Formats: sequence, structure tokens, C-alpha cells
Amino acid sequence: MTAPVTGPITAPTHASASGAAPAALRAEPADALVQVERLRRYFDVSGGWLRRTVYRTGRVLVRAVSDVSFAIARGETFSLVGESGSGKSTVGRLIVGLERPTAGHVLFEGQRMDALSRAQALPLRRRMQMIFQDPYASLNPRWRVKHLVSEPVRHRVGRAAGMELAGRLLEQVGLARSDLEKYPHEFSGGQRQRICIARALASNPEFLVCDEPTSALDVSVQAQILNLMLRLQRELGLTYLFISHNLAVVYYVSTRVGVLYLGALCEVGTRDQVFGRPRHPYTRMLLDSIPDLELSGKPRTPVGGEVPSPIHPPPGCTFHPRCPFANGRCRSEVPLPRRLPDGVWVACHAVEEGRL
Amino acid sequence: MTATPAPAAPLLSVRHLEVQFPSRRRTLTALQDVSFDVLPGEILGVVGESGAGKSMTGNAIIGLLEPPGRISRGEVLFAGRDLTRLDQAALRRIRGREIGAIFQDPLTSLNPLYRIGDMLVETLQTHLPLSAAEARRRAIAMLAEVGIPAPQERFHHYPHQFSGGMRQRVVIALALCTEPRLVIADEPTTALDVSVQAQIINLLKRLCRERRTAVILITHDMGVIAETADRVCVMYAGRIVEIGPVRQVIKHPLHPYTRGLMAAIPHLGGVAEELAQIDGSMPRLDAIPPGCAFNPRCPRCFAPCLGAVPPLWEVEPQHQAACFLYGEEAGAPAPAGAGPEARP
Repeated sequence: MTAPVTGPITAPTHASASGAAPAALRAEPADALVQVERLRRYFDVSGGWLRRTVYRTGRVLVRAVSDVSFAIARGETFSLVGESGSGKSTVGRLIVGLERPTAGHVLFEGQRMDALSRAQALPLRRRMQMIFQDPYASLNPRWRVKHLVSEPVRHRVGRAAGMELAGRLLEQVGLARSDLEKYPHEFSGGQRQRICIARALASNPEFLVCDEPTSALDVSVQAQILNLMLRLQRELGLTYLFISHNLAVVYYVSTRVGVLYLGALCEVGTRDQVFGRPRHPYTRMLLDSIPDLELSGKPRTPVGGEVPSPIHPPPGCTFHPRCPFANGRCRSEVPLPRRLPDGVWVACHAVEEGRL
Repeated sequence: MTATPAPAAPLLSVRHLEVQFPSRRRTLTALQDVSFDVLPGEILGVVGESGAGKSMTGNAIIGLLEPPGRISRGEVLFAGRDLTRLDQAALRRIRGREIGAIFQDPLTSLNPLYRIGDMLVETLQTHLPLSAAEARRRAIAMLAEVGIPAPQERFHHYPHQFSGGMRQRVVIALALCTEPRLVIADEPTTALDVSVQAQIINLLKRLCRERRTAVILITHDMGVIAETADRVCVMYAGRIVEIGPVRQVIKHPLHPYTRGLMAAIPHLGGVAEELAQIDGSMPRLDAIPPGCAFNPRCPRCFAPCLGAVPPLWEVEPQHQAACFLYGEEAGAPAPAGAGPEARP
């Protein structure tokens, strides 16, 4: 299953990408709240020393995120969309600090988070929060809702003020103050996700990373949660990083969209650019694979192949084995993100050469 | 059926199916009065949110209810036999031979210790009088047909050596290798990535059309239904609330629940300020409200909804909805739960 990867863990694997790299995929808006620069996260899955020695397997790396750069403007919803293994959740976890990057860094209001001490970073960390996919796993079943929701601030504001805040937050997300005394099991999936949102709002953040917040929910409940999130964004001026594999949901919530494939961004643009005129062959393929609810009967381009393993990504452009436009260059050279005249960033040789 | 093309005899006819889970304190009714027909070669979609009873319906048909669940009422007529009256041995001969099954997670429905070729050969030889060589030949042909590259070599591989999409292709090969007349596919694409999902749906659709295999496609994804099914049946809280041709149900849904469900799905290109939402969530089995189970969430709820469970009324040809809004319009109500097929 696994094979050795030579060189130290931090060695850049995309040799050509490490050269004169552009300040790739920087946001157009000057007012960036969050910036991510050449972010990289590799996971070492080689096993212990003994195993490596006995089986002679060497180092094995999962390249979850390789050299991802983008910026999120204040007040917008930036969405990362991709299939499983594309590294979208890892990017979210890197930004809020749940993972440390192998290389690259995250800037919050222009401050490099990795350059700050713990004490210096804390006030910034409070201003970013995260909502997770599974509302069954992300709430401690033995805690009452009042504890769950007030937990992020209770130690600072005290018990009474924490309770008062928790009650207000519950009402803000469409639950009742009387729910404070209940336990998570007394709520449905959608209500639990509301509790998670209330908890994320407790420290009065400006930036929320929402990692597949509706993927575990039914359609009718998903609509409730999406509407709630958009209302809160309007009322509180929140900035969202929205992570999802569901393109229709991404279309509904996003200002701008980044498409991830095997840990690298292949296209970034405004929602209407990416959905209205997709450039990258992978984006086109993804959009083509959405089931057609309009029953227009338009033929869909059949898509071949599956996402390859991030342990052995194909050389060159990682999408080339599935790409109908791939040529020799695509098989050997990693495409760098380039800005097109209309502001869309695309990492594709075919687009760059005008073959597409 | 009404006046439309010569009605074929249904392959499967589910009549007033009721499933109960008795426990010490009370008996929960998971399915109530579920009736529908599946014609030969037809793809019937069963759609609903979690807890609607769609998987339960599939499992009840093939006799795979988890104890203490049991069919307490109704019949499942498959090619003239009532499956609810057969013993386990007789059922086992039908399952796999005449009714195939495809489940959501391909990794759990394949035995990790068996090579996929051995699983196919065993299935073939259990149900069909084939020699080992003949079974092997058919297994390899089947693998090729579901789009597995190099089937000769892949024949000897174990499930873990396949990707998710390839595994689901193997499961489809297993379900179809004995040429069953009906396949029950329970969320066959839910565990897969979007791009692979489209491949698997196209494959399933093509194979079943070619063989005239009927399919009961159980899913929560209206998009999958729209792409695949001929007719669709919408379930809510253990009952069928709407059943009809897929185009009509999707374009002109009748039941307020189906309408809400369709409006709640985000559309590409849709620029609605706010998604239509159905407030609340599906009731739990032990707290199904009296009357129409949807009444607490229904925007059109009125007096009759609180008192009685609405039967399915035929509002348009072949298109029925269980809602009192259509009771008066449709004239004389049909007997509760009866399909149009039930009429002479």
C-alpha cells in the first residue's frame, strides 16, 4: 500500500512550485481578515522506527495540503469545495490553530499567527471559532446546554453572566431559554447544530470556520441551518470560511469559492465566475456531476476515475489522469496558479496555453 | 392503473404493510399502511428524510427486519407469492436469486476475508446450477460489465484493494450476477464522492434497463431520484405521503411536505434571498402527532388534519397524495392506502 518517500518531511515535493512562486491566489479585496500563505500540511504515516526498519518502508507522507494560498475579506463567505481527501477540512483546522502547518502561515488581520506567543495569540484566537460537521460528536453528552454554550467565556465573565449570555445566544439561534437545563440527547440533529452555533458565538467572534455544518442533516433541516447562518452573518457582520462537498449549498452561501483537489487549489473566483464559467477541467467535471433537478434532460459528460491517494499523488498536475485535456507537460510539471484577466485564479496548463 | 399504456401485472405488490417494534412498555409502529406496486423493469424511487421508514420498507420486503421488528400486518406479493408467509429457508432462496440487494456502504457489505471473485462464484453457484469454470467465466464477464478494469486480475483481489467507487461496482456485480428480477438499492451512492456518484448511478441505470430488472431505489437525495427513477414515492413518519411519476412529483409536488422538501433544496443558479424551510423536524416514532403526522410543521394545516390520518387520494392520473387539501377536490376518497392499481 505504501512506498518510501525520500528526503526530509519538509522538503518541497513540488519542485517547480517552490521556485519563483507568485503571491498566489491573494484576494482581490484589500480588506483581508484572514490570509493563508503557501500553507502546507503533511502527515507522517510511516509508523514507528521498528516497523520502518523491519519492513524497510521508509517515510510515508500524506500530502493533505500543499502550498495553498488565499485570502478572505471581512464580511464575505469564502467556500472551499472538494471531494473527500482534498484537504478542505485540514485547511480549516490549520486556520483556527487545531493543526500546525508543515510550512507556510496564517495571517489574521495581517498578523502572522505563528509569530505570536501563546498569550499574544489568545485574544486573536477568541475572535475565530469553528463549527463542526457532526453535532452528535461535538457536544459532550454529559454536559447541560448551559455549560456547553457558556464554556468558552465562563472563566472570564463569571457564572452568572455566562448563564445570561448562554440564554441570549440560545434565543438568537432559535432555541428557548428553557433549553438551558437540558442535555444534548434531548435535541434533534438540527437543534444540536444550533447549540454548536450558539457555543461558537459565545466569545463574540468575527470569523467562523464552518466545516460541513449541514452534511449530517436532512434537507429540510439543512435549509433552517443555512438560513440561520446567513441571518447571523447579516446581523453580526461575521466572516465565514465555509467547507463543503455539496456544490449547491456552496452556491447558495458563498461570495467567493476555491476548488480544492488533492490538497491544492485549482481554481478561485467569485461564486458567479466559478459556477457561471468554470475554467479548470476539474471544476467543470464537478459541476457536471451534480444531479439535474430541473429534469432538463441535458446530457452530462461522463466522468471517469476517482480521486487518487494523497500518499502517492500523480506527478505533474495531480488531476492529469482524469483530465481529458492532459498532455505531456501536465504529466510532468505542476501547474502554478495564474490570474486571468477577469480576476479568476486557475492552476492549469491547458487554460494557460489557451488549449481550453 | 387508469387509462395509460396497457398495465403490466406488477412484479412486486406491497399491500398495507405495517411494521411494529414491540417492547416491554409499548409497541412502536415504524411503518403504517404502506402500499405500492413495482412493475417489471421499473425504477421506483423511495425518498424521505432520516426516520421516514424508507430503509425499513426495503428491509421488510426482503425479510431482513432487525428483531424485535416484525411485519404485523399486510402482505408483500412478489410474483404471486406472499413473502411475509415464507419461512427463512424459502426467503433465502429468493434473496440473492430473484431479489438482489445493494446497501449504502460497500465496505461493510463485502466480506473482507474473501477475494471478490470467490464471493461472485459462491453467489452464482449457490443460486444457479453452474460448474465452477462456468461460474468463473460469468463472474469475470460481470466484473467487466460493471466497469472494473482488468477483471481477470481483479478477480483475485480482496475488497480493501479497491477504491470506494470500485467496491460499489463489485457490490452491484454481486447483486446483479444472478439476473434477479428486482433489486433493492438502499442509498447506493451516499457514501461516495460526487463525481463517483454520477458514475455509479449511470451504471446501475444502464444495467437494469438492459436486463429489465426492476429497482427500488431508496435515497434521501432528490437529485438521484430525478436522474434515475420512473416513479417516486415520498415517505414521512412511516407512511407514504405522495406517490407518482417522477416528473410530476418533482415539477408539481402535491403534498405540502414534498413541496417544502423541494423548495428547501438549494439550486444552482437559484438566487432566492432565503431558502424555503420547513420548521421543526421529523417526529420520533414514540411521538407521532395524532391526525396527519405532518400537521405540526404544515403551513396549510386545517381542522381535518388534526383529527384523522388522510388516505392517499388520486389527484392526477397515477399521482396520489395523502393530504386533506385534495380530499374534496378528488371527489369520493379512495380506500385508505390503496394504490390506483387496486381499483378494478
